Amino acid sequence: MTETVIANPAGTLLAEGLPGIVEDWSADKQTFQVHWGKAMMWIFLLSDTFIFSCFLTSYMSVRATTTVPWPNPSEVFALTLFGQHMPLILIAIMTFIRISSRGTMAMAVNFGYRKDRKTTALLILATAAFGASFVGMQAFEWTKLIEEGVRPWGNPMGAAQFGSCFFMITGFHGAHVSIGVIYLCTVAFKVYRGDFEKSGYAAVEIAGLYWHFVDLVWVFIFALFYLW
Amino acid sequence: MTYVALADRGQELSHPKSFITKYIWSQDHKVIAIQYGLIAIAVGLVALGLSVTMRVQLGFPESVSIIDPSEYMQFVTMHGMIMVIYLLTALLLGGFGNYLIPLMVGARDMVFPYMNMLSVWVYLVSVIILMASFFVTGGPTGAGWTLYPPQAILFGTPGAEWGIILMLVSLAVFIVAFTMGGLNYVTTVLQARTRGMTMMRMPLSVWGIFTATILGLLAFPALLVSAIMMLLDRLLGTSFFMPAIVHMGEQTAYGGGSPVLFQHLFWFFGHPEVYIVALPAFGIVSDLLSVHARKNIFGYRMMVWAIVGIGGLSFIVWAHHMYVSGMNPYFGFFFATTTLIIAVPTAIKVYNWVLTLWQGNIHLTVPMLFAIGFIFTFIHGGLTGIFLGNVVVDLPLSDTYFVVAHFLMVMGVSPILVVFGAIYHWFPKVTGKMFNSTLGKFHFWFTFLGTYSIYLPMHYLGFLGVPRRYYAYEGIDFIPESALAMNTGITVAAIFVAATQILFFVNMIWSLFKGKPAGPNPWNATTLEWQTPQTPPIHGNWGPELPQVYRWAYEYSVPGADKDFTPQNEPPADVEVAAS
Ligand code: HEM
Ligand SMILES: [Cu+2]
Repeated sequence: MTETVIANPAGTLLAEGLPGIVEDWSADKQTFQVHWGKAMMWIFLLSDTFIFSCFLTSYMSVRATTTVPWPNPSEVFALTLFGQHMPLILIAIMTFIRISSRGTMAMAVNFGYRKDRKTTALLILATAAFGASFVGMQAFEWTKLIEEGVRPWGNPMGAAQFGSCFFMITGFHGAHVSIGVIYLCTVAFKVYRGDFEKSGYAAVEIAGLYWHFVDLVWVFIFALFYLW
Repeated sequence: MTYVALADRGQELSHPKSFITKYIWSQDHKVIAIQYGLIAIAVGLVALGLSVTMRVQLGFPESVSIIDPSEYMQFVTMHGMIMVIYLLTALLLGGFGNYLIPLMVGARDMVFPYMNMLSVWVYLVSVIILMASFFVTGGPTGAGWTLYPPQAILFGTPGAEWGIILMLVSLAVFIVAFTMGGLNYVTTVLQARTRGMTMMRMPLSVWGIFTATILGLLAFPALLVSAIMMLLDRLLGTSFFMPAIVHMGEQTAYGGGSPVLFQHLFWFFGHPEVYIVALPAFGIVSDLLSVHARKNIFGYRMMVWAIVGIGGLSFIVWAHHMYVSGMNPYFGFFFATTTLIIAVPTAIKVYNWVLTLWQGNIHLTVPMLFAIGFIFTFIHGGLTGIFLGNVVVDLPLSDTYFVVAHFLMVMGVSPILVVFGAIYHWFPKVTGKMFNSTLGKFHFWFTFLGTYSIYLPMHYLGFLGVPRRYYAYEGIDFIPESALAMNTGITVAAIFVAATQILFFVNMIWSLFKGKPAGPNPWNATTLEWQTPQTPPIHGNWGPELPQVYRWAYEYSVPGADKDFTPQNEPPADVEVAAS
């Protein structure tokens, strides 16, 4: 950079290199040059990460300590479709849907910044619809497992903790998705109404952050419950 | 890459119109802070009452029987939980955090005032749920504040019917409240500082509260998760924490869970929690010492890094609470090492406080007395912590009065002294009135000497092996008569200390109405909260323009300056003119 940059009111120059980074980070006003809401969402998600990490670590620990064998996931989560036995098929569809919803969300953010109100609102709604169908399929999976006799306190296939962990963690994640769907619908409505025309479309991106996070969590749940 | 001067970018403030929106459903951080403070002090008084009742029962077992053994357990539990979470955490972060952060960093309010308001009301809900457990069948839970399963949820433990459920729900609600507030505090510090207020110019109070809030946001999740899992164990009959167990002669339906898992989760929260309480106290006490000794804080940068370092380390020491839990013995080695390492930044802070006082122009005002008192009690408690951090020393001392003495010294008395000091220090700003200094000094000496005479003897009881959480000690062979006499002495001291707190309340209430006007800056302090155009500060805090900060927060007794302090927002030109 050729321009001299004045950083602070005292008129001193910006330091370069590592001291510059430290100064930058601890400069006056904003540490991160982002919308307040976005900074807050990041911090919230960090906290939420710890919640899910605690859940998943507890699950791993319980699974490691229980004395009864753990049910075999590719058996438990198999569906018989068109007369064929397909392990993990439902979960594959669910994961596919979740990932598609991330695509529509990313597009929504993009169109938002281009101030295309209608398209943005539609894309957010599409994302919410994907989310809702995800929750629907999860409900289906729960029903199926419950019909097979899996309960939080026990199941015919093996360790009682299988049901406890499964219902608790997918339930908690499902609650996140459901809240996300409601959240997205409100944002879509506000976008459509033109609330963000003046103040900017950061709100869409913030909702997007949440949505991507919930998806990221799903990847871990998927790996730890269905593939382990 | 110039920094856009966003400082004056209009943050939309709510404009309260009626009495209700001004004082009840207020979005002003100062009103919210006072609401937090009052609720916290009110539950704190409940907890104080419980402890005095327990002490009376313990001290005079022959002549009184006001509570029975189950009630004793319930009182221990409620006392501990209320003091740690609902009083100290809420008061230091919700109360002082809310009041001080925006004022000290020069913001008009928290970044999300509406969420801030929700935070205090959700906190109130959690308190109400907790208090409700006194009135349900079976009473509050008697599992001890650590709520260890399996006993916490087995029938036979007092409060297993409803108490434990309400406790867990209340904790979960509290965590929601804390998260709403905490996100605000962190974001405000990161994103809403005024012009010139770099992170490295912030007063240490803000650093302490800021770091503690981050700790809270990362540690409370573990408590939330363990609360949810225990609720499921209790209500749905899952076995997360419950092993196969024979209870009252019958095999329960539980099996295969791990009680040690709960302990890990609980202490992964629990140890950071002690620093959630300690760090704000550290920060506040640094500011009190500096202001009243008219000296800059010694080693500001070191102090900041020590706060951050302690915060980080506090996440890897948790299992020092579990040396006797039956976890893998090799863990003891690791956690003893980290525990002793965390003592290093802690010691640095203590040295720096003492060096701040060194050759200072010490004014023994009431806040200063409390701050100096804190140094004593904290060193005391910190040293016993180092004892307990070593596995071999801890094994015989664990679950005795030595541990009780340690944590009450370090986490009971010390933060409470800071809280009192801070209330006396900022009372003139909050109310515009000056308190009565003589009464305040009596309050200090009674509290300081009184608490010492409660907790010092407890160390000896611990060495004798007197176990904690017992209802009565008569007829136990290894406990000598003299220990029982000491127990009675402790009770007398406890009653005395509890009674003298009346001085504080009388002082505060009387001064609120009849106190002399304090003026905007009675302590001649440099930090921004003392430079507000109005005292008490009005909604929005500052005049039409936000203050501009030119220097750090500790410009005291600078040689050559005309007065012994230079406010953070005094333009350099004025200082020079005045100095020449
Ligand atoms: C040098 C620093 C410290 C060290 C090395 C240390 C070490 C320990 C150890 C090893 C224990 C477990 C004792 C046992 O249960 O057998 C303990 C208990 C405890 N410490 Fe500390 N500690 C330190 C500072 C603090 C601080 C600053 C606080 C709070 C502000 C605190 C609060 C507590 C509490 C509340 C307990 C007891 C919890 C319970 O069992 O109910 N400690 N400490
Ligand atoms: Cu600890």
